Amino acid sequence: MTTAQAPHIALGLTDPEFELIVEKMGREPNATELAMFSLMWSEHCSYKHSKKILGQLPVEGPHLLMGPGENAGAVTVGDGLAIAFKVESHNHPSAVEPFQGAATGVGGILRDIFAVGARPIAVLDSLRFGELSSQRSRYLADQAVAGIGHYGNSIGVPTIGGEIYFESPYEQNCLVNAMALGLAPVDQLIKSAAAGVGNHLVLFGASTGRDGIGGASVLASAELGDDDGSKRPTVQVGDPFEESKLVECCLELLGKDLLASLQDLGAAGLTSASSEMASKGEVGLDIHVDRVPLREQGMEPFEIMVSESQERMLCVVTPELLDEVLSVCDKWDLHHAVIGEVTDTRHMKIYENGELVGDMPVPALVDDCPVYTLAPEEPTEQIYPAPSVDSEAARAARAAFDDNAQGILTALLASDNISSRRHYFERYDCIVGSRTTKRPEQAEAAVLHLWKQNESGAPIPGPSIAVSIDGSGRKVAADPYRGTIGNVLECAANIACVGGEPLGLTNCLNFGNPEKPHIAWQLTESVKGMRDACNALKLPVVGGNVSLYNQSADGPIYPTPVVGIVGGVPDPAVVATNTFAEEELFVGLIGPFEPTLAASELAKLIGDELPTRLPDLDLAKHAESLTLVRDAVRAGTIKVARDISEGGLATALAECSLGGVGATIDIAPLVERVSRAYPDAEPHQHARTALFGEGPGGIVVAGSREDLLALSNSAASMGFLALGTTGGQLLTISDPTGTLKEVSLPASEIQRIHGGALSERVSS
Amino acid sequence: MAVKATVLIRPKEGILDPQGEAVENALPALGFSGVSHVHVGRLVELEIEDPSQLESMCEKLLANPLIEDYEVVTASA
Amino acid sequence: MTRFGIPQFPGSCDETDTLLACSRVGEAELLWHKDKDLKGVDVVVVPGGFSYGDYLRVGAIPPFSPVMQAVKEFAAEGGLVLGICNGFQVLTEAGLLPGALLPNVNLAFTCRQVDLVVENVETPLTHEFAPTERISVPAKHTTGRYFAPTEMLNALEAEGQIILRYAEGHNFNGSVNDIAGVCNERRNVFGLMPHPEHAVDPLTGSDDGLKLFSSLASAAGVPA
Repeated sequence: MTTAQAPHIALGLTDPEFELIVEKMGREPNATELAMFSLMWSEHCSYKHSKKILGQLPVEGPHLLMGPGENAGAVTVGDGLAIAFKVESHNHPSAVEPFQGAATGVGGILRDIFAVGARPIAVLDSLRFGELSSQRSRYLADQAVAGIGHYGNSIGVPTIGGEIYFESPYEQNCLVNAMALGLAPVDQLIKSAAAGVGNHLVLFGASTGRDGIGGASVLASAELGDDDGSKRPTVQVGDPFEESKLVECCLELLGKDLLASLQDLGAAGLTSASSEMASKGEVGLDIHVDRVPLREQGMEPFEIMVSESQERMLCVVTPELLDEVLSVCDKWDLHHAVIGEVTDTRHMKIYENGELVGDMPVPALVDDCPVYTLAPEEPTEQIYPAPSVDSEAARAARAAFDDNAQGILTALLASDNISSRRHYFERYDCIVGSRTTKRPEQAEAAVLHLWKQNESGAPIPGPSIAVSIDGSGRKVAADPYRGTIGNVLECAANIACVGGEPLGLTNCLNFGNPEKPHIAWQLTESVKGMRDACNALKLPVVGGNVSLYNQSADGPIYPTPVVGIVGGVPDPAVVATNTFAEEELFVGLIGPFEPTLAASELAKLIGDELPTRLPDLDLAKHAESLTLVRDAVRAGTIKVARDISEGGLATALAECSLGGVGATIDIAPLVERVSRAYPDAEPHQHARTALFGEGPGGIVVAGSREDLLALSNSAASMGFLALGTTGGQLLTISDPTGTLKEVSLPASEIQRIHGGALSERVSS
Repeated sequence: MAVKATVLIRPKEGILDPQGEAVENALPALGFSGVSHVHVGRLVELEIEDPSQLESMCEKLLANPLIEDYEVVTASA
Repeated sequence: MTRFGIPQFPGSCDETDTLLACSRVGEAELLWHKDKDLKGVDVVVVPGGFSYGDYLRVGAIPPFSPVMQAVKEFAAEGGLVLGICNGFQVLTEAGLLPGALLPNVNLAFTCRQVDLVVENVETPLTHEFAPTERISVPAKHTTGRYFAPTEMLNALEAEGQIILRYAEGHNFNGSVNDIAGVCNERRNVFGLMPHPEHAVDPLTGSDDGLKLFSSLASAAGVPA
């Protein structure tokens, strides 16, 4: 760092931004104020580069209770119950220290959930790392998974689903997105607006240290010494034990109706928590930093205000309830302190030992950050290099590509992005809470039963929900608009496969530097795609998170809009599984599925260039098809449902055979559809595309012959194709073009290849 | 006067120590050869007025004598 | 009706699951760790989780809590006590059960449905099972490798104190003699690493574990 650099530049503020702060303040900010402005005017808090385009996302829906702007969104799920949920990124901390970065990511998203008064009931995660041939990627994946498990398992919240992908653009910039869900009676949800002049501001939970001060350390006064790195930790350390007490304490406080408002401390710590509360409540706050319980001595006011120490909450309490609130904190052995009061000044006033050390108008801090218009520019050619995979599976796929369908299938089943994720998900407790009725790999989406208790405490049936999280980066890199639509449709398809009605969507937009025109273009197109997909599905966006500047010297990550959808399921006992468990079931394919090898897993394994565009799709038809599948699952007509995703139809069929029962399949109807779409291609290309092509909208279904034939009549316009019958030990897929060696694999062999590949790969 | 004590706790001789094995197996990959008998344990530091209590403290709480050995090192604080 | 009491420590995770499971066969309530009061319950089930953060050593701190002092007295009077997972670790640390739990051989938290074989059906916990009955129950832990010194192990085997074993191929944690559950000599205190409270309803995977709770309820000898 050059000594000439002005502090505001070092803190990430531009000169015009600094001048605007001076104008709003009527003077130059001091160190404490500058630190607070730099956080509140950061992308993370202000959304200054994404706010304008995010405004187009739909935020209204019949089930919506709480939308964007609160700590988490919430939807009603029936029986007077609400589900609060949100996904958030912890990419940069995880790249520095994957275990603690991922662990505190989970801790942070859980606090968002109980900050709105909901008991956390589930976590899902969406992870991206570089190729597994890289030792660093293996290490990061291992440690991030361990960190998520450490936090979730220890706090007693099940991790019920997620995804993990390996692609080289994430090599230097991994993605760790965590989603959490919470359950609350509708009338117990609480907002974070501070209210009631004269009320107390109580900080409780863990003590405050110098965790995560990071960049703001440039403000450290000279006496700290320039090189005293030990005083400037950037990694926050999580303590799930502390958080488990914090959850119980918060829920007890809310259950007894003792709080006026509640807010968690996340990124930007006390600064963000307090000023957001003040802004929403249109009040001012006086904060006395000397009253904050500290774990380190000699912390300066700005350090206390920006510290990202974990496991802390802030609440507003009326004077008459204060004693009772503090005694609940004592019961749970938590630190607590009245650190300030609500005022009518609309100023944030920071005091140290009675002396005013910071005084800022709340609107200047929270609302006046400039909002930028992106300058998108579509690149003239694909900006990502062709994938290059160094693995046994990739070599096998290349060898089999020309004429051997079975060889391609077994290569795909053993590939890093398709083989069983068991090696990772077994490290998560997926059952604590007794709500998980569909565990990982048992259905396309996780299903949670929201039981209630009768008078003697025994569980009685309640509503259920389905939840899934999805976000292909490679397809979005190929076509940000259509790729993003594909992500939303895939997530919605997973929900439909278990009979879920989508109620709300949360997103985490992981992109590179938006100040670069091509990244601005990716972001703009992607949000448009998300808007159009959500509108078609009548699905509101309840909130989410934006993570920008995900890039390294090697270039940007694949643009990765991750979406999580919560769906309502009326009866958890009537849910389609995703494997053939019964003989003599009729197998078909529903949906406007138009497979293409472009940007597919197979294209990646053989090293094909990424295209610059994916096929067009008819969103209304996709939405209609998903409704049809959902209704048929609910009616019990569809007993098995699997969304066709990575690896195409053949992979989906092989995965259906993981239940131990095979099937006899003829793909002629799909080959015919493909040859209509690509009349100029060769027969072997038609067959390969039908078997391994990808695209949204295809769902493999199985049920009784009568039921599915009846369904096929009503689903004819939805492109229903009859494919075959389940039975026996073998999965056989014949090729009507006669150009590829057909598939004939025992279910046990599929289990072996798919089940063991990943653990072998990461331990080699 | 308080005495500074360090209690070292390690897996009992003969008990399978997968943590130690994992470390032992990782070292050659990093180019450290000739390492054996690696064991991973715990260290507890404390200050105590009456060091004669240390033995009983270890037996009752700091270590589990069924599976762990411990060693107490003291020095005046 | 049999009344079950479930001690709740800070860091307990499966206390609600245990409460729900027990309430299927009797009445159940939580017992706060700071109270030395078992509220007159007939059976105590120490739940899974990470009590007191599992700091120092798993299960090491809870034995000194007021509620566990009461549980020790209750067990000494012949009261029925079951520890599940962290509860098992706590009971071994409290000296109520023989042996100890060590880190899994794979050194990782592992959550997996496992098959168990009921080894001894002549105990209050297992009397409703058929000899060598096989059940499917989930296990989830980092520190579940059962260990006992050879002499103690031989005595446990000889006295029928091994009540549950992992079926062949299911012992992922490396427990000695595939031991998944043991009892004390008097056969009133039991410990299991797998989680029967997560196997009480086919909807959530299996109901094979329910009989362990109903066995305890009927053995407690409380009229319905």
